[in-house]
Amino acid sequence: MASSLTSESKKLATWYFTFAAIIFGAQLLFGLVAAIQYVVPGFLFELLDFSIARILHINALVVWMVFAMFGSVYWLLPDETGIETVGIGIAKLLYWIFVAAIVVVILVYLFIQVGPADQTTIWFITEGREYLEAPRWADIGIVVVALGFVFNLYATGMKGNRSGIVTVLMADMLAFAGLYLAGMGYTDNISMDQYWWWWVIHLWVEATWEVFVGAIAAYGLITMIGAHRKVVEMWLWIEVAMLFGSGILGIGHHYFWIGTPEYWWEIGALFSALEPLPLVAMFIHVLYDWGKMQGEQEAKGEAKSVITNKPAFTWFVLNAFGNFLGAGIWGFFHTLPQVNLYTHGTQFTSAHGHLAFFGAYATILIGMFYLAVQGKNGIKVMHATKKSIWATSMIVGGVVGMTIALTVAGYVQVLVSRAQMGATWAGFFDGQSGMWFAQGMDWRLVMGVITFLGFLILVVDLLSIGKNAKHER
Amino acid sequence: MAKRSVWSDNRFWQRSAAWVTGFASILLIWLTFDTIPQITMGTDADLKGGVTKRVPGPTVINYKITYEMDAKRMHEIPVIGDKELFFGRDDWSEEEAGALLHLGKLGSQAKNCMDCHTLLGNGAYYAPDLTKAWLDPAWGPEGSMQAMTGKSTKEEAMAEFLQHPSTYPTHARMMPDLGITAEEAKGLVAFLKHMSSIDTNGFPRNFGRMQGAVNGK
Repeated sequence: MASSLTSESKKLATWYFTFAAIIFGAQLLFGLVAAIQYVVPGFLFELLDFSIARILHINALVVWMVFAMFGSVYWLLPDETGIETVGIGIAKLLYWIFVAAIVVVILVYLFIQVGPADQTTIWFITEGREYLEAPRWADIGIVVVALGFVFNLYATGMKGNRSGIVTVLMADMLAFAGLYLAGMGYTDNISMDQYWWWWVIHLWVEATWEVFVGAIAAYGLITMIGAHRKVVEMWLWIEVAMLFGSGILGIGHHYFWIGTPEYWWEIGALFSALEPLPLVAMFIHVLYDWGKMQGEQEAKGEAKSVITNKPAFTWFVLNAFGNFLGAGIWGFFHTLPQVNLYTHGTQFTSAHGHLAFFGAYATILIGMFYLAVQGKNGIKVMHATKKSIWATSMIVGGVVGMTIALTVAGYVQVLVSRAQMGATWAGFFDGQSGMWFAQGMDWRLVMGVITFLGFLILVVDLLSIGKNAKHER
Repeated sequence: MAKRSVWSDNRFWQRSAAWVTGFASILLIWLTFDTIPQITMGTDADLKGGVTKRVPGPTVINYKITYEMDAKRMHEIPVIGDKELFFGRDDWSEEEAGALLHLGKLGSQAKNCMDCHTLLGNGAYYAPDLTKAWLDPAWGPEGSMQAMTGKSTKEEAMAEFLQHPSTYPTHARMMPDLGITAEEAKGLVAFLKHMSSIDTNGFPRNFGRMQGAVNGK
């Protein structure tokens, strides 16, 4: 079908979204392998071990989100700046370099897996640091691609109309790209290693990515319900202040136990306790604006909904709630050092990770997929289909189910392995053998399968919803 | 018309965001300048002179390490004691010990250890935390691992296990064979011993208390 997109930047965005969706599928697939291994330990043993399945699970997570984030920026730039993205030719070339690099990295993870204990392994196979396993040649490639992306953003922002949203994105994406450099070094000192490692992981996920979500939510509110730009951008600036104000020093909650001084207890506890506040603000902001715009519409005597893209807006609202619940509440559960001493590195962390990455990022990026489908098909008002409702319900239900199962398992682990047995090898396996733990892992697998089936329906919906005759064109 | 309130002025909030972000960033950088020297690895001279470092030098492998309750800090801390043989020697030089630790740390990354285990509590949750693995009673003279591997010291038992993990299952969930060589295994054990000497502010709490063999007295 012919695309109704005239903007090259938006076309590129759809390429980014397509690859993101494929890698999203890979993330879920390898997550299922790892989940099966908890229940049936012999599954693919010494063929595709848990470590490899998990690397693929979490790296695919990061990669698809980064792809979808880049795609989102290329999507909104023409709308915000009023001009075509500057340097789109370079952007398209970098896209293919990025895709090729990711494919090679995945194949090496899958088929080479580990290497000898020397620098060639670090350069060409794996760096073996959680989330940042990508070998160093790929690191350099990622930096080059990210710099190209930042160039596109800056050149376009400076030439066209630099809105508040674009200004926030310009500052945020520069920090996002720059922080990656902190994770590229090597040191024999594991404490130093983890100190800088958190500069990437934490300052991405709990600072720059959150600000990115704020900017995307602002764009979504303007495009989908016609919220007033001035109000939305004021909220955005307040959110930036709150997110960076709490998130940057919130990094302290990762410095409780890695060899760093004790003062990080107080700093980490204080600032990470503040981290949920902006998430509450974002939640209120989305619902408030929605109610306000609908109220304005109804005051004019028109009863119909203000929403121009139902499935996308559903995901944006789920983002507002999921971000607060997954990142805010589930994060705060175990962020105080008195609690974290026992919960650090247990299934509690895993429960938080699942709900937070999903609630804070997956939701809004899926929303962006739907916005792109709407734009590509030239639809004025896009309605939800049965498939979009099924996909949303199954994915949300599945992830919430996994989170609850992992939380229960984490509770057992904390009590048995940590509080009672003092974290030894034997204590670890005593905790893992507990009935509640084992059943928690069974339920996690069941819920994981539901999530995956929901994902398949989501893909079918994304591919077919644009052709549905019920939309207003 | 009344003067517009500063609270509804986007410029005001934009400047506030910039100031807050700048202030938080500067504080983080300032704290980093304080933390980095404190977590920089110590030297052999520090160990010989009894200078306590949060992260001791590699020659800590020449010493006995225990994990004891500190009355003042109210949590456990690693205590570096008398000399102790490590693979038959207690005179590993700074260069030798450093090379062994280098091999071990590289090995821990090359074999993706932290995608099953946690190191300093960070990593995956599929296998036991390795922060104080060196002090785990299971590997001590009373534990089962020396008998299982047919070795008479902790370090040899660990090295043997690392080379042939699936030969010595401790649970239905087994460690896979990662092609670890004898030399790499030695390095990895040195890395584990060194990690157990890092002052982790009492994490993990009550390590090995059930067996009561950790205090080494």
